[in-house]
Amino acid sequence: MNPYIVLGLLLMAVLAVGAWQQKKKAHLYEISWGHQIRKTLTSRSFLLQLGGFVAFVVVWELTVKTFSLPWFSRLPGPWECLLEWLSPDPDYGISIYTEDYYTHIIYSTYRATTAFVLATLLGVPMGLLMGWSRKFYDYSYPLVELIRPIPPLAWVPLAILILPGDEPAVIFVTFLVAFFVTALNTLLGVESIDESYFRAARCLGADKRRLLFDVVLPGAMPFIFTGLQISMGAAWFSLVAGEMIAAQYGLGFLIWDSYSLIQYPVIVIGMATLGVIGWVSSAAVRSVGRKLMAWRERELYGS
Amino acid sequence: MARAATMNGASVAYKMRKFLASKHFTRGTLAVIGFFVLWQAGSMGLMPFMHAIPTPVTVAEAFWEFMGTGKYWQSWMDSTLRVTYGFVAAQILGIPLGLGMGWNRNFKDFTYPLFELMRPIPPLAWVPVSILFWPTNESSIAFITFIGAFFTIVVNVLGGVSAIPRQLVDAAVSFGASPRQVFWRIVLPATIPSIVTGMMVGIGITWNVVIAAEMIAGNTGLGRLTWEAYLAGHTPGIIVGMISIGLAGYVSSMAVKMIGDWLMPWKKVF
Amino acid sequence: MNTPEAACRASEGAMSIRDVGKIYDPEGVHVVALKNCSLEIAAGEFVAIVGPSGCGKSTLLNTIAGFDGLTSGEILLDGEPLATVDKDPSPGPDRVVVFQHGALFPWKTVLENVTYGPVAQGAMSEEAANKRAQEMLSRVGLNDIETSYPGQLSSGMQRRVEIIRALINNPKVLLLDEPFRAMDTVTKSASHQYLLELYDATGKTIFFITHDLEEAIFLADKVLVMTTRPGYIKKTLQVNLPRPRQYSMLASEEFLAMKAQLVEAVHEEAVKAFEAGEREMA
Ligand SMILES: Nc1ncnc2c1ncn2[C@@H]1O[C@H](COP(=O)(O)OP(=O)(O)OP(=O)(O)O)[C@@H](O)[C@H]1O
Ligand SMILES: [Mg+2]
Repeated sequence: MNPYIVLGLLLMAVLAVGAWQQKKKAHLYEISWGHQIRKTLTSRSFLLQLGGFVAFVVVWELTVKTFSLPWFSRLPGPWECLLEWLSPDPDYGISIYTEDYYTHIIYSTYRATTAFVLATLLGVPMGLLMGWSRKFYDYSYPLVELIRPIPPLAWVPLAILILPGDEPAVIFVTFLVAFFVTALNTLLGVESIDESYFRAARCLGADKRRLLFDVVLPGAMPFIFTGLQISMGAAWFSLVAGEMIAAQYGLGFLIWDSYSLIQYPVIVIGMATLGVIGWVSSAAVRSVGRKLMAWRERELYGS
Repeated sequence: MARAATMNGASVAYKMRKFLASKHFTRGTLAVIGFFVLWQAGSMGLMPFMHAIPTPVTVAEAFWEFMGTGKYWQSWMDSTLRVTYGFVAAQILGIPLGLGMGWNRNFKDFTYPLFELMRPIPPLAWVPVSILFWPTNESSIAFITFIGAFFTIVVNVLGGVSAIPRQLVDAAVSFGASPRQVFWRIVLPATIPSIVTGMMVGIGITWNVVIAAEMIAGNTGLGRLTWEAYLAGHTPGIIVGMISIGLAGYVSSMAVKMIGDWLMPWKKVF
Repeated sequence: MNTPEAACRASEGAMSIRDVGKIYDPEGVHVVALKNCSLEIAAGEFVAIVGPSGCGKSTLLNTIAGFDGLTSGEILLDGEPLATVDKDPSPGPDRVVVFQHGALFPWKTVLENVTYGPVAQGAMSEEAANKRAQEMLSRVGLNDIETSYPGQLSSGMQRRVEIIRALINNPKVLLLDEPFRAMDTVTKSASHQYLLELYDATGKTIFFITHDLEEAIFLADKVLVMTTRPGYIKKTLQVNLPRPRQYSMLASEEFLAMKAQLVEAVHEEAVKAFEAGEREMA
């Protein structure tokens, strides 16, 4: 398919999503959504946002391609990257039509997800336990503080040595950073719970186990989800570094490999893809959080 | 009042004594001792995975050896400088940008979508582009470090400015304050806690980024030192590198925290 | 209207507080919050406690509720020791607290909040608890809010729900720590109405802390004035206004005379507290 057609389709998809969101807004204000869309498209705010974006792309193209300014001249231009990304027959072998592109995406996503899920499954209970039992806190907190200052990426060499193969090593460093973020935010969440909720529950006859499930867990939920969002970002952060240092597939690897092979447009494709996936994954965490904390949503928007 | 009065001065020493004598302190000490005992046992082959790790004693010896070399201290120097450049540049550019975005609606509309587009890209993904762009290796590593701290500080400052109650500004204006006065007397002070938070988070990210960047594309620095130890199969060296990096990160967090305390005498950070 | 008031009063929930003392952090800061504090509460009596800020009212309530131990004296509930120096009290559904800032669980719906006690104790099945909760809620004019979250209710409604959440456990004593403090006048007087109706209907022993002297007289059978720290009971004012209480009573001679007495007693303590504060600052 012609790349220009694909580009057109993509633009239409973006517009459709935008229109759909405007429709929700229109529903909120009880006006027709055609009207709402017209209003948005001609609003100063929208034009400025569009202007900012266009200005960036134009400056990029001008500095890199048209004038080829020193320093900039070595970078790939926006148009070049876009065409490469949409080309059925890409010069450097990576576009939305090639299998390789998706292999890299799947590898990265798989690693990030595994690490994130493991970190959540271990980090949330760890944080809850630390907040719930003073004894557990006393034993574990000094250890956490002993290990935490070491940046997760400094673990890469050791992880490669200890764990069998590069794959678990990359997942391990990704896990490590996500784990600490999750556990500590959960702990913070438990500490943020007002003492009177515990007192009320005990008055009403709750035992220690009930306190954990009826007060500690739901009370810490807002912080847990803030933590999970940060942890998702941190996981991608480490994953890319891990993949650049020690992996054979994945977007981080792709970016670094393209640099070595002088396939510069692929670098930008990789970066953009990482940006999109990173954004989607944290949006997913946010929406799960909203579902689980209906009480908070209603508090904010209801009444 | 009695509580407030005894909070400082003599009672600090008292509290310290009390804490040292408490079971909480005993448990913490036990945990740390347990950690080293387990490490020793693991290195002696008593636990899976861990037999490749040198014992604490071997690591301590390697540490001593490292500290006698000029290269070790040069690595500290190089990494610290990179962190400082990137971090300071991020504050110098990021704080005004965040304030501007929060202060002027049009400016925010113009810049925000772009900003949000760039933000999810992990800092390390900028390594190749950065190397291509910047003329020297040093400047490209500093740039990646900058990226790590930049987005954090802008997001925090913007959040801080947006959280200022509208009435506060309106009240000042109705008392005849000029926009400049409003900015210096209200907006900036009200944003300081967010700036400090952004700096605290940013300094952690910065060390992370610098280490990875050095492993990927550096010739010097603590990250490179650790990586070279790995390439040479010198495991105690890897751990010495890790501990040094941890120390460096910890010391810089403390430094930022002190700056935070100085900026906000009315409350201690964290 | 003419029911003899003693008839509907509970026969349980008499409290004896004998020489209670409470020192926070004895080896360190050493705050003597209560000292030789004694008072008697008859079963089914409505007692209000007033006193200057920081005099130890909440401390006393917390020891009765079982959140905090005491350092001397003892507290008896229906003749049984609840807390002594050697026996740390523990909270339980026979003494439920309604908190100053409200402590409905924001993450549970109104119905889940109200049924929390009986279900947690295993005292009622969930259906039975739901049914009972709905009955009690509609008695205070709260219909159709079972599936709302507390955050969606007004503060007056929240406090009513919280009182119902306490009463559904059929406690011996209801402990209220300045429950209506942050309310506007209208909401406050509506809340008084509901509390009085509930009291007249159940006859529970009520221990009510407040800053508001009118509120204390209007609601209670007995108003106790506490001294500045270390707190003990300085004055007991018997309120002989008939029940059910009417708003017209607020303007009666009798009421105003009682109020004048209280104002004087509390003012004296407030001045002392202020001076003590000045001394400590110096
Ligand atoms: N955990 C504690 N440690 C040390 N001192 C405390 C503690 N809790 C309360 N105090 C002190 O004990 C005194 C009594 O406190 P309490 O909360 O009982 O006062 P109160 O009469 O309820 O005041 P208010 O009307 O302001 O609620 C206060 O001076 C307070 O500072
Ligand atoms: Mg109180």
